[in-house]
Amino acid sequence: MTGTVGYGFVLAGLACAAFGAVVGLTTGLKRSDAGWVWVQRAVWGFFLCLIGANLTMEYALLTHDFSVKYVAQVGSRATPTVFTVVSLWSALEGSILFWGAILAIYVLAFMLLHRRENPRAMSVALGVMLAVGVFFAFLIAGPANPFHTLPNPPADGPGPNPLLQNHALMIIHPPMLYLGYVGMTVPFGVAAAALLRGEINAAWMVPLRRWMLVAWTFLSVGIILGGWWAYAVLGWGGYWAWDPVENASFLPWLTATAFIHSTMVQERKRMLKLWTLSLALSTFVLTILGTFMTRSGVFNSVHSFTQSDIGPTFLVFLAVLLVFCIGLLAARGHLLVAEEGIRSPLSRETTILLNNLVFAALTFVVLVGTLHPLIAESLFDKRVSVGAPYFDKLTLPFWTVMLFLMGVGPMLPWGSADREKVRGQFLLPGGVALATVAACFAAGLRGGYALAVFGLAAFVAVINVRELVIPVRARMRERSEGLVTAVVESASRARRRFGGYVVHLGIVMVAVAVAASQSYVTHTTATVKKGETFKAGGYELKFLGLTGGREPHREYVAARLEVVPPGGGAPDELAPRMNYYEMSTDPIGTPGVRSTAREDLYVSLLAFSGQAKSPDGVETASFNTWIFPLVGWIWWAIPVLVGGSLIAMWPSRRAKVALAGTPAVAGAGPAPDAAVQKGAA
Amino acid sequence: MSMSPAVRNRLIAVAALVVAAGGLAFIAFGNLGENLVYYWSPKELLSQGERAYGPTIRLGGLVKAGSIQWNAAHTELQFRVAEGREADAPNVLVRSTEVPPQMFRDNIGVVVEGTYSEAAVFQSNRLMVNHSNEYRAPKEGEQRNWKETVTDASAATSPAAGSSAQTVKP
Repeated sequence: MTGTVGYGFVLAGLACAAFGAVVGLTTGLKRSDAGWVWVQRAVWGFFLCLIGANLTMEYALLTHDFSVKYVAQVGSRATPTVFTVVSLWSALEGSILFWGAILAIYVLAFMLLHRRENPRAMSVALGVMLAVGVFFAFLIAGPANPFHTLPNPPADGPGPNPLLQNHALMIIHPPMLYLGYVGMTVPFGVAAAALLRGEINAAWMVPLRRWMLVAWTFLSVGIILGGWWAYAVLGWGGYWAWDPVENASFLPWLTATAFIHSTMVQERKRMLKLWTLSLALSTFVLTILGTFMTRSGVFNSVHSFTQSDIGPTFLVFLAVLLVFCIGLLAARGHLLVAEEGIRSPLSRETTILLNNLVFAALTFVVLVGTLHPLIAESLFDKRVSVGAPYFDKLTLPFWTVMLFLMGVGPMLPWGSADREKVRGQFLLPGGVALATVAACFAAGLRGGYALAVFGLAAFVAVINVRELVIPVRARMRERSEGLVTAVVESASRARRRFGGYVVHLGIVMVAVAVAASQSYVTHTTATVKKGETFKAGGYELKFLGLTGGREPHREYVAARLEVVPPGGGAPDELAPRMNYYEMSTDPIGTPGVRSTAREDLYVSLLAFSGQAKSPDGVETASFNTWIFPLVGWIWWAIPVLVGGSLIAMWPSRRAKVALAGTPAVAGAGPAPDAAVQKGAA
Repeated sequence: MSMSPAVRNRLIAVAALVVAAGGLAFIAFGNLGENLVYYWSPKELLSQGERAYGPTIRLGGLVKAGSIQWNAAHTELQFRVAEGREADAPNVLVRSTEVPPQMFRDNIGVVVEGTYSEAAVFQSNRLMVNHSNEYRAPKEGEQRNWKETVTDASAATSPAAGSSAQTVKP
């Protein structure tokens, strides 16, 4: 019964999306306002149906209705309620359903926030987004149908994958990543609409930029949380492995970041129009490619993907998308000619141009490494993978160049810089950078890349902080404002610049933390008997013995360790453990982590034997121990990144005026507002 | 024929971009070849001949029953990875200096990463045990007890451990 209701919602949602897409695209492109009311109704219908379908699935999960196929697949009476709720996104079918809900929320939010704009342009933009909605609704209705009714429902199910109920991060990481991924549909719709209509004007760049920034922020947070989850749950002592799933989320991040920068040149200098729109389109294509790669099982084996239900559908969609994007850019390329040129190599636009070239190169390198195994297997029938050294070696030089540009860019003015002035501004950050490298070297740190990153990080930090401080100090001096007023005022005068510099500081935190934790990691393995002590770096760890216990959804065995930090101090206790899930044969480890601002001590329990089974009749345990300097700063950068993005995207009074004025820019339509009010009522 | 400076500049820019892109592609594909990791089963590995010596290999198969030798004092592990469960299935001798994870045992699926040498020894620097994650239906009236788990786990009825999970992400 529940399955039928859910499936009904999905079919109705598919119908709404198809109807809205057809009406929006045909009327919008015929320059008619006639369809606008119906497009809005279709968006509401799509939204209500997809939300309804998701709520139905949640109801089925919470009531343990095992006649619904997806519930039988991931549900279990033993699973705690919170993990039952989030098991909506713990397997393929549910996560695509959840994807649909997020898409519906984005499309509705976009429509509501921009409903006063030119209805023809809006019809086309929403038409494109609903066309994407058709694809996902079709996936849910057909190849990935979670509502399939089982004729003989089981009495209980296996519960979600134990790896996914092992940590609270699993509740928040996938939604963040999906909000980032799915959010790229909105800029795609806006960019495709502008190209389809052949009206590429400043009016459309504002929403394009803002929605890209929204999706970018969620994607950044999602990627970092994913690394944190891997670190806290998987127990192999790392947060990033250049695994295809990680690369899939990273590729659109690279192009989206390039877009956020190139759009400034586009806005200021009327250059890079074609390039900027290409970045918006390719970001979306990369999210679909990423979903295809991670969800079709293609990485288990190229030949097995056709057996997965969604693989072929995705491949067809990807091909259609590519042809559409390339055709669109080819057809409208003549409209996207630069109106100005670069006047001086010593200017902000030059650094942003270089920034975009570096991001393009990074995207290329990561894409080649990620896709190569697929190509090698499908063409030559060889099963290979590309090792992490490939990615490290090829991306590291680009990261250092990028850091350098992150400092130089904000320092240089638009147009053309005065050489003498630049030289003067360079002295302080350059000096601090050299001093940092010297201090690190004196402290005994070695390794070219790590020292280069620390020096460049100091360089970038000094410049970006200075750019933040200069206007504040000027206000305090000239208008004798207090510190808080001056900060708030100067931030609100130039939100995007101010927010951008704050984001830069967050990226510096991540860069330093990654360089330190990768270059200066210490790893030891030890097997000890109860009461024995072993050393890891400066830490002394004493094995106090095994202990066990029961939690609602699992049993565990923990190895208690007394930790004496380097140089003495109060001893701490760590208990890395293994969790035995009720419904799964294999236990999942949880590492013990002692985190400080300086470094993390990370211990995972590798193996143990209890008193009875041990040869000497003493409990023994084996531990994998790592010491990661500064690693926590990667996740602590999240609030800085989010804070900076929020400052940058907060709508200012001026922007609102500009938006309200857009219908006039786009041409004389008969009173669009009247139509809007009718539609929304 | 003279070109206007604007056209000439554009040509130079395009040429520079083409050269840079070509160079990058050359470096990328060159490095790709050096960093490939081959997936082979014992049978495939043994049929490679000379080509098996040198490159990084991921060898996947089952731990041959009765082949595990573990020296805890020196952290030396030695076992054979076999194509299948049969006694005469093709197999490869593997040496490792890692502590075997909890669920490591006879006939379990493993993937070892390392290199193969003329001495017919596979030197492994990474040992991953396949997570089966099979659904284990609770038996009638069964109630597991953690104390049992503590004492039984090493008897390998409940396999363990996170080391195989490197590449698993939702």
